[in-house]
Amino acid sequence: MMQTTDIERAANESTANAGNLREQWESEATTSHLVTGELDLSHNVILYLDDITVSFDGFRALNKLSLAIDAGELRCIIGPNGAGKTTMMDVITGKTRPDEGKAFFGQTIDLTRMTEPQIAHAGIGRKFQKPTIFEKHTAFENLELAMKADKRVRRSLFASLFDDERDRISDVLKQIRLDKEADRSAGLLSHGQKQWLEIGMLLMQEPRLLLLDEPVAGMTDDETERTAELFVSLAGKHSLMVVEHDMAFVEALGGKVTVLCEGSVLAEGDLATVQADPRVIEVYLGR
Amino acid sequence: MRTPFTVRLIQSMPRSGWIALAIFAAITWIGIPAAHLMLPESSPLHLSAYTISLLGKILCYMVVAVAMDLIWGYAGILSLGHGLFFALGGYAFGMYLMRQIGRDGSYGSDLPDFMVFLDWKELPWYWAGSDSFLWAIFLAMALPGVVAFIFGYFAFRSRIKGVYFSIITQALTYAAMLLFFRNETGFGGNNGFTDFKRILGYSITSPEMRVTLFALSAALLVACLILGRYLVSSRFGRVLTAIRDAESRVMFIGYNPLHYKLFIWTLSAVLCGLAGALYVPQVGIINPSEMSPANSIELAVWVAVGGRGTLIGAVLGAGIVNLAKSYFTVTVPEYWPFFLGFLFIAVTLYLPDGVVGLWRKLRARKGPDSAGVSETAVRKASETENTTPANSSANGARA
Repeated sequence: MMQTTDIERAANESTANAGNLREQWESEATTSHLVTGELDLSHNVILYLDDITVSFDGFRALNKLSLAIDAGELRCIIGPNGAGKTTMMDVITGKTRPDEGKAFFGQTIDLTRMTEPQIAHAGIGRKFQKPTIFEKHTAFENLELAMKADKRVRRSLFASLFDDERDRISDVLKQIRLDKEADRSAGLLSHGQKQWLEIGMLLMQEPRLLLLDEPVAGMTDDETERTAELFVSLAGKHSLMVVEHDMAFVEALGGKVTVLCEGSVLAEGDLATVQADPRVIEVYLGR
Repeated sequence: MRTPFTVRLIQSMPRSGWIALAIFAAITWIGIPAAHLMLPESSPLHLSAYTISLLGKILCYMVVAVAMDLIWGYAGILSLGHGLFFALGGYAFGMYLMRQIGRDGSYGSDLPDFMVFLDWKELPWYWAGSDSFLWAIFLAMALPGVVAFIFGYFAFRSRIKGVYFSIITQALTYAAMLLFFRNETGFGGNNGFTDFKRILGYSITSPEMRVTLFALSAALLVACLILGRYLVSSRFGRVLTAIRDAESRVMFIGYNPLHYKLFIWTLSAVLCGLAGALYVPQVGIINPSEMSPANSIELAVWVAVGGRGTLIGAVLGAGIVNLAKSYFTVTVPEYWPFFLGFLFIAVTLYLPDGVVGLWRKLRARKGPDSAGVSETAVRKASETENTTPANSSANGARA
């Protein structure tokens, strides 16, 4: 059953892509580097999801999901398995096209019409559930590739690092405590270090909105605590959306919490309020 | 401060690599030509016309192997149709060689023999300008380039990957082979192009021309290695390997993999086309069998034997397999397919990183304890060591 859904999903994605490809090809060169400056935060909201519905083979992964994230906010998303958390991130980053509904970045940028690279340039960075880094590259090179820059072929052919870029990479390496491992192949890092490296890659992109899917999975308590500190320090300048199962971590982050269930929002509020909600207790915390 | 381009170009290869290339150039541009032209046939160091042509042919194969390694080893895209691009380059230059025959053909006509034979009255439009040397060279690059660009655009745009992509490339070269086999398409059918007599008016069978073609092949290989080395050590190359290892991550940090794949794919085809154009005058024939699926598969075997993603491995692999092939097909021709099959199985099972991987493993075992030395430092050091076989391959080829 699970497999069928995956295949369907892949098929859906490729059809959706085929439709937009011509458009992507043409708009890519002109928009990908301009979009960033256009982020309109006049209503102080960085992300709107409105009535988003995504179905895979009849199964509604997202069911009229509506959600808004304020600029500078640190939002935690919790919910049982299959609640649609990862699908929601897929919609925001352009990996999956919604069947219905609107997804806007700021007031003006329509995410449902953009490709993954365009969305990345617009200022949304994503960290996957399973750490995805470039294992054969060094930690330094991983950050270099992620760095906010002109990412077209003709630039990368002749690119070399400026001093300030080098400094920036060193700063981030220190921030994620990998400065001693800069020249080590990323594949040789520990699981927690890989998670940190991926977070570092997000930071190098200088995104306005960070989507983090279970960022502390596999980290030690100490690493988890430091991650919470890092995220709290990022909020304000950046907006963060964190999907997490670890309640202690969610508590440490201290932001607003949204509970997803069966593809829509079940409850929203601070952690204590949400935890006291009888519906939430029934579907999630009570189990 | 940025590092200037020239410095980066020089730094893209370790010093031992440059030295190896210089030695290789000295041997192929001075040593081997002199051994063929200057030494009397009685001398034990004299190289026969057969040897020169064989080595020249292998140099062309090495260029193809480097092109293949760029796309397979670094971008992770296994093409089983690179024989097509090689053959297209060969055909483009082959037609120029046909036109150079002039009226010296069997029928004494301005048209190539095979066209007279089919009772064609004039040259088809697509061969217009094929009597120009420069146009032929341009066509040998542009034709494979355009075919690769169009094919690659649609394949990569549809996100066709892995084994599906390999199968489609295989089908592509097979379809092209069937097309070229037909007499009415104007490509000489079954027999292809042959009986060449001149290039730029000079006899193609003269020792000087033979040596010139050989030296040009060597120069092309050197240029490909320098270009390849620069590409894979640039940020472009790092993006390519990143696409190979985690394509979705590459997209989410804002690169469009389509453009990157398309660039290296087209470049790889252009290099194959140039190699094909140099190959044809040295072997004296081009026919559709060059496009047979088996040829393209063999090409992948060269790279696998040498070691993927190393460039120098591709050169070594092409050299080893082809020297073995010429030995086997002369002594025990019926066993060659078995040997090739055995080689591929053995390499897949025991040498996943090919000859270069074996060399690195031996170095690592023999070398001083690398504790405290970072992994990349070890990798870089072994790369430094590994560029030296360039000249040993040349020596091997000479032996």
